[in-house]
Amino acid sequence: MNINEPLPQTRALRFSRYAGIYSALWKNSVIREMGFKTNFLLWMVVELLWFSLQLVFVSVIYLHTENIGTWTKWQVVMLMGCSHFIQQVFQGFFFVNCSQLPELVRTGKMDFMLLLPVNTRFVVSLRNVDLGAFFTAGSGLAVMFYAGSRMHLSLEPIVCIGFMILCAASVMIHYSIMFLLASISFWTVRAQGVIFGYYNLFNISRLPDEAFQGGFRRIFSFGLPLLLVVNVPVRFLIHKMENMWGLVLLLAMSLVWLIVSEICWRYSLKHYTSASS
Amino acid sequence: MGTIFLWKTIYASKAAGESISGYTLQGMISYYLVITIVDAFTAVSEDDWQIAADIKDGNISQFLLKPLNYLTYRFTLFLSGRAVYTLVALLPVGIFIMCYRHSFYIPVHVSTLGWFMLSICLTGAMQFFLSYTMALLAFWVAEVSTFIFILYAFEYLAGGHVFPLNLLPPAIVQVLDFTPFPYQLFFPVSIYLEQVSGAELARGLVIQSLWVFVLYGLAKWTWSRGIRKYSAVGG
Repeated sequence: MNINEPLPQTRALRFSRYAGIYSALWKNSVIREMGFKTNFLLWMVVELLWFSLQLVFVSVIYLHTENIGTWTKWQVVMLMGCSHFIQQVFQGFFFVNCSQLPELVRTGKMDFMLLLPVNTRFVVSLRNVDLGAFFTAGSGLAVMFYAGSRMHLSLEPIVCIGFMILCAASVMIHYSIMFLLASISFWTVRAQGVIFGYYNLFNISRLPDEAFQGGFRRIFSFGLPLLLVVNVPVRFLIHKMENMWGLVLLLAMSLVWLIVSEICWRYSLKHYTSASS
Repeated sequence: MGTIFLWKTIYASKAAGESISGYTLQGMISYYLVITIVDAFTAVSEDDWQIAADIKDGNISQFLLKPLNYLTYRFTLFLSGRAVYTLVALLPVGIFIMCYRHSFYIPVHVSTLGWFMLSICLTGAMQFFLSYTMALLAFWVAEVSTFIFILYAFEYLAGGHVFPLNLLPPAIVQVLDFTPFPYQLFFPVSIYLEQVSGAELARGLVIQSLWVFVLYGLAKWTWSRGIRKYSAVGG
């Protein structure tokens, strides 16, 4: 490209430019991952092991009880599968990048990110792709399919599409909250607690919402929407919605949290004072 | 915390005072609370990563030159780290227990507390030697974190972190009894809840001590094998 030529400005051109950049980032990540094949495979083993651990937990609980609230065994298995699916998709796109943000700030490598002629949040959030996570996300889907067949669930295309949209909204909530946590590093410089905090938060999300009552349930639905991110998509899929407000709430929450994280990101970025030099 | 809510919901659908594998709702809540206590005292936090990094970056060379045993050195670091952590954790765990004080089990016999503390010390030693051995794998492979996470998964499940082990079918419990995992967490917790006593308690403590020796031996052996492989990267 001629250096004097102004950068493409129309929306369509801008989109195709970012799509081009993103596909290059994908290619890079795949090449990098394939450099350490054994490690790549072992990480998938780790993820699958932890996933089966949760499934063991569910089956042991259901050795001793018929339902949790109104949730039956296969419905809860569905919940675990969906939770794993959403979390792994989030991990595939965003997780590594969010968890590296504190390190970028601490070492001052953020300078280079700011100098790149693209949106900084775009490149910080998406520069690495965790390929293995997409495979393990598949295992979550497989478990959901199995649970669905045990419940004799029929799949209507419209429900599937709706489910996928809800999952996308949930992934956005995961991303916004994690990015927000990572942005704290602009103040504290070291933010190793970020990952720890994130895991602890989202451990709640895979439990049936009926386990929480009163104040907790309100906080985790209307404030930090942890009880919505998995429960709402699953309820929608298995026709367990009490009313349609859950759907609206989940979509609205993903928008609200995205905006909140963007405001905090811009505010935090002003605080950035490089390192050394 | 989420798990406690989950159990509350399960017990809510049962008749009042009904128990699951010998656990009433109070017993179940106490179980998870005692886990957090044992964890605060004994969980290995950063030690394994630091050891692995020492080996990978070649920092371990300087310890080989000093008249100092690396295992003893790391063990003292572990002990002091736990002491500080326990002090810091005292406040949140204390608040947590206060919230559940009506459900929290208080041992009937004073001697239980003594046996519990002894068992916690043994657990701490087991945790440390096992993590130390895992970290020493860094002599052979560049990336030990996957191995450590795989072991964590087993410790979590078979140690009783996720649920009390006696919820499992008895046959599985018997098999697990041959592994060190139940003695890393489940055993001290059941001492506190006074589920084991007398001869069973003594037998458990002996087995636990044996595991400490076995794991210590394993750590020593792995070190002596690993140090021959060591190539002092960057040193």
